[in-house]
Amino acid sequence: MSNIPGELKYLSSHEWVRVESDGVTVTVGVTDHAQELLGDVVFVELPEVDADLAAGDEAGVVESVKAASDIFSPIGGVVIAINEDLEDSPELVNSDPYDDGWFFKLKISDADELAALLDAEAYTDICEAEDH
Amino acid sequence: MPFIPHTDQDIQKMLDVIGVDSIDQLFDEIPSHLRAKVLDKVPNGLSEMEMMRRLSERSQQDAGALCFIGAGAYEHHIPAAVWDVATRGEFMTAYTPYQAEASQGTLQLIYEYQSMMCQLTGLDVSNASLYDGASGLAEATLMAIRANRKSKSRKVLVASSVHPLYQKTVTSIVTNQGIHLENLALDDEALSVDSEALSAHEGQDYAALVIQQPNFYGSLEDVNILTDWAHQHGMLVIAVVNPTALALLSPPSEWGTEGADIAVGDGQPLGLPLASGGPYFGFICCKNKLVRQMPGRIIGRTVDLDGKEGFTLTLQAREQHIRRSKATSNICTNQGLAVTAATIYLTLVGYEGLSRVAQACHENASKLAGKINALDGFKVLGSGLFFHEFVIEVPGTAEAVLAEMANNNVLGGIDLSCFDKGAPNRILACVTEVKTERDLEAYVQSIVHAAQADAVHNKGAA
Repeated sequence: MSNIPGELKYLSSHEWVRVESDGVTVTVGVTDHAQELLGDVVFVELPEVDADLAAGDEAGVVESVKAASDIFSPIGGVVIAINEDLEDSPELVNSDPYDDGWFFKLKISDADELAALLDAEAYTDICEAEDH
Repeated sequence: MPFIPHTDQDIQKMLDVIGVDSIDQLFDEIPSHLRAKVLDKVPNGLSEMEMMRRLSERSQQDAGALCFIGAGAYEHHIPAAVWDVATRGEFMTAYTPYQAEASQGTLQLIYEYQSMMCQLTGLDVSNASLYDGASGLAEATLMAIRANRKSKSRKVLVASSVHPLYQKTVTSIVTNQGIHLENLALDDEALSVDSEALSAHEGQDYAALVIQQPNFYGSLEDVNILTDWAHQHGMLVIAVVNPTALALLSPPSEWGTEGADIAVGDGQPLGLPLASGGPYFGFICCKNKLVRQMPGRIIGRTVDLDGKEGFTLTLQAREQHIRRSKATSNICTNQGLAVTAATIYLTLVGYEGLSRVAQACHENASKLAGKINALDGFKVLGSGLFFHEFVIEVPGTAEAVLAEMANNNVLGGIDLSCFDKGAPNRILACVTEVKTERDLEAYVQSIVHAAQADAVHNKGAA
């Protein structure tokens, strides 16, 4: 069973969202379950800093030796930082998906949109259903 | 056993199982106005004997004349070994191997081809080839739109000195994707991009600038200024280049401060016969940072489990079988046989041989241009900076002069007005290394004679 931290929010497309202490910044990555499905990640394409994304917009691509998947923005906002370490070390997505393997940070435009995200329990159900 | 596996009975059985009356019924969901009409211009099939007869008669139309036509396809000497080797059973396939890893020889050949194209263009990566130069430019255009993430634009600026048929092909392919081409004006005296016209495009968002070197008129562009200008204004630079000319001119990677981002062109000059227009192949190379937007197949070198060298299809996550509708291109093949010939050609002539070919082309073209400039009533147009092609202004009309030259067995070039690319008295002529001093004299005599005959004819008519 993969690691699904209780304090994070999730999307059914396997992105995680951490709301930072200021309440308006969120960090986005892909889950432990996603990296297991993908296998060895060889390349991550990230959004441009300052890109203005709506919830559900394509924000990048994660490419493994066997697949390539789009990454979607979980919430509307402006990209304020991207994880440049992934350019040279995409394997961080496999080794540390919730920390060093983060993708990008957003300054969110509408905190109410957070309510639409899944909590850890709901996301766990989705992963289990997929496994069966 | 018949080659066509389905008999009428087989087909009827399948239709019965799925419960439809005819194959046509399977296409009912396509609205009738979108469906192809009866192809009334396509003739009925011929027997092999009739077909061979007709094609050998047609091939006579291209035989025997002294050819000075270029405009995208060029007559070069092809060492006999090129096609002797290329058509050996081990190489003779037109196609990308589907069991790629079991076809190490083919993969190695394509890898060598890619390495040579990278050396010629100076760029980091080449793919395994595309269909031809014109569709290659369309792929480069789509690639630039995807790759230029700083630009939101779906507009591409194209020098009007880019081959008109390339422009037409690109327009056909990209228009339905909402991409628009805009032209950068021509300096009609220099027959190259009008640098004064650049400022009119500043402040607008374009994803890329397309520059051809040498351009359609044979003239050299100031690629350094154009490349730097495009980069300063947030555009990627697509270079359309002639592979032979690259042995003499700066490689696209050295244009301006940062170099062109993508280079494309037609590979025909590298060992492929004119063959009435094809098949040829297209090449495309790019900077490493754009590799994930590259269309088509890429071969990589690697090691197997035992540490032995091997070749493999690489970066396949760009391609249709993995990325589906988001693949970089619908291209999932290459021009295998043409690439094989080009690789053998480049191997045989080597870098020095290719430089000598290019040098001989330029010297011969310069000689002919000099002879024509010395004639009364004729003039070579442009800035005088050209590779192996140039524009001649003739007394009378180009059409009549060329027709008269053809009667004399000299194909003197193309009439630029048929591409809507100039006044009716302009001929685009090309001279390569295959032409001798006697051939150049024959051209001069033929064009003088043709212009006189045309003048006499016009006088008679008046």
